[in-house]
Amino acid sequence: MPRTDQKPRLAVWKFASCDGCQLSLLDCEDELLRVAGAVEIAYFPEATRSSIRGTYDLSLVEGSITTAHDAERIQEVRRRSRTLVTIGACATAGGIQALRNFADIDDFLSAVYAHPEYIETLSTSTPISDHVPVDFELRGCPISKSQLLEVISAFLRGRRPVTPAHSVCLDCKLKGNVCVTVAHGTPCLGPVTHAGCDALCPSYNRGCYGCYGPKENPNASALSERLDQLGMNQDERLRFYRTFNAWADPFREESERHEP
Amino acid sequence: MSRKTIKVNYLARVEGEGALNVTVRDGQVRNAELRIFEPPRFFEGLLRGRDYSEAPDVTARICGICPVAYQMSSVNAMENALGIDVDGPLRALRRLLYCGEWIESHALHIYMLHAPDFLGYAGAVDMAKDYPDIVKRGLALKKAGNAIMALVGGREIHPINVRVGGFYRTPTRKELAPLAEALKQARDDALATVRWTAGLDIPEADRDYHLVALHHPDEYPMNAGRIISSRGLDIAVEDYNQHFVESHVQRSTALHSHLREHDCYLVGPLARYSLNFDQLSPMAREAAKDAGLGATCNNPFQSIVVRSIEVLYACDEALRLIDAYQEPEQPFLAHEPKASEGFGCTEAPRGLLFHRYRLDAEGRIQEAQIVPPTSQNQPSIEADLKEMVGGWLDLPADVLRERCEQTIRNYDPCISCATHFLKLDVRHE
Ligand code: SF4
Ligand code: SF4
Repeated sequence: MPRTDQKPRLAVWKFASCDGCQLSLLDCEDELLRVAGAVEIAYFPEATRSSIRGTYDLSLVEGSITTAHDAERIQEVRRRSRTLVTIGACATAGGIQALRNFADIDDFLSAVYAHPEYIETLSTSTPISDHVPVDFELRGCPISKSQLLEVISAFLRGRRPVTPAHSVCLDCKLKGNVCVTVAHGTPCLGPVTHAGCDALCPSYNRGCYGCYGPKENPNASALSERLDQLGMNQDERLRFYRTFNAWADPFREESERHEP
Repeated sequence: MSRKTIKVNYLARVEGEGALNVTVRDGQVRNAELRIFEPPRFFEGLLRGRDYSEAPDVTARICGICPVAYQMSSVNAMENALGIDVDGPLRALRRLLYCGEWIESHALHIYMLHAPDFLGYAGAVDMAKDYPDIVKRGLALKKAGNAIMALVGGREIHPINVRVGGFYRTPTRKELAPLAEALKQARDDALATVRWTAGLDIPEADRDYHLVALHHPDEYPMNAGRIISSRGLDIAVEDYNQHFVESHVQRSTALHSHLREHDCYLVGPLARYSLNFDQLSPMAREAAKDAGLGATCNNPFQSIVVRSIEVLYACDEALRLIDAYQEPEQPFLAHEPKASEGFGCTEAPRGLLFHRYRLDAEGRIQEAQIVPPTSQNQPSIEADLKEMVGGWLDLPADVLRERCEQTIRNYDPCISCATHFLKLDVRHE
């Protein structure tokens, strides 16, 4: 039902996450009040205690699915959202908490809790797209503020957001960064990592650790050979791919090649 | 008649991270329970087997609102384990980064999470319709804190520049100069914030807290010090586990922390302020006096004023640090892993944050222990509610609920955002 007389309704949902990606919206200090003027913030518990029930034109979903309850809740969110956009590595790849997917959940539980029986959790942490259709995925741990604003304004205008699909490497070249791998022998995931951070880590003299997740069609096995030449052992290479986007297919598959 | 009324189930409504149950019998509050439903993410479990150098990047992801606190406590603990002492300009830069986090996190809490309670708004966006300049001032302050995080840390959320031993890249004096310009304006805004919050309609309350915070002889505590309390505790960070103990209660995925000798205690701005008033800068002390605060503060509703004082202090301190900054020779101190155990404690905006790690000879993490401020304050939040709800039972149901939410928001932004959807279940038996 188009409600032409009303502002589009925005909702922000949280699943298992650190809140960092939704905080990115509040961190848009210069634009926040303009965004709030262009939409009706219908549901955003981190920012307001009022909530409007019904349906939402744009839902931003943060976090991964780690409980049976959340697996049901995301279905409800999907039903009530015209457009559903997932934000951040938790929502698009399962996040750091997806490291449990490679381990025995009971070991994790007893390492942390005296009474594991009080805890209700799934043995996996999975991205939102494993559960419901997703209209657009915005990568990053955390996401970039400018990309978030692009996504919001694109959907408000009914067009696809313009976000790059290339690797961090290309952004380094554009910025004129000296390559940290070539110049200093520093291991870097830049060649296989999705752009969006403006090549932040190499600009601070460190290698990329992949927080934006895999780029499209990455050649990770070629990179692994280079990491090997740089002196990274098998276990280090495995862990290199297993951080905030460990469960994203290309990183997961490459990490599995380095399993003992 | 059953004594217990707690149902352990997830909230029917979404965003079900927090709930509160209060049990009242014969007009008396018998029980007040805060339940945190945040799905567990098992950081202590997933840190096992990781390299010590990964701890600052991994633990940052525990919280997007205070990532620097996690990074600082973890690097402190690792440096303690490996026997390195980060001093001089590198230490000063870390303090500057932490000032940035205090400013942005406190400003977020003051203006966006807490002030709307005092003025009767659902959130800052609604408040902005009637008080545009005030909300804009809050956003500008927050932005100044974030500017420090972005320059020194690389970005505002989950900074990339922090490493064991120091930084990946240290800024030049020239790079820091524009920050100083922004911070002078921020300091004015912070002073205005103190005056403004002091003028809010703040409920009376005087709680007999056992206050716990870091204390350092030469500076207001952030990154270093001994753990002291208002009842005579004075211990090194290494001895934390001899005095504090965590328990796992069924209603919460956050552990509860207690002092072995006493029960609950309070960490955070009120504790820091009351135990370290003399370490504040003259400007901050003066502003506190003008705001009508003494050298100690036991009214949890005044935490909004104390936070404002800390924002003012952090702006002042950041300016001092920038002015005194000498570019270090090396961005970090070299070190070798070894089998060891290390302890680290810093003052997150919300209070004491303790980390402990045990490493093997290759520097792999064998065991990790992380005690966040929320765990430590949870019993104290419940005690506040139990004590205060009794006086509010005549209030209409929605006012009572809001007062309870506000009581929880006195504490910290993480609980605050969970309790924006607080489900209050008052039972009259
Ligand atoms: S993707 Fe990273 S920043 Fe975003 S919610 Fe998850 S852990 Fe936090
Ligand atoms: S880890 Fe990689 S993707 Fe993430 S900020 Fe650093 S360079 Fe960018």
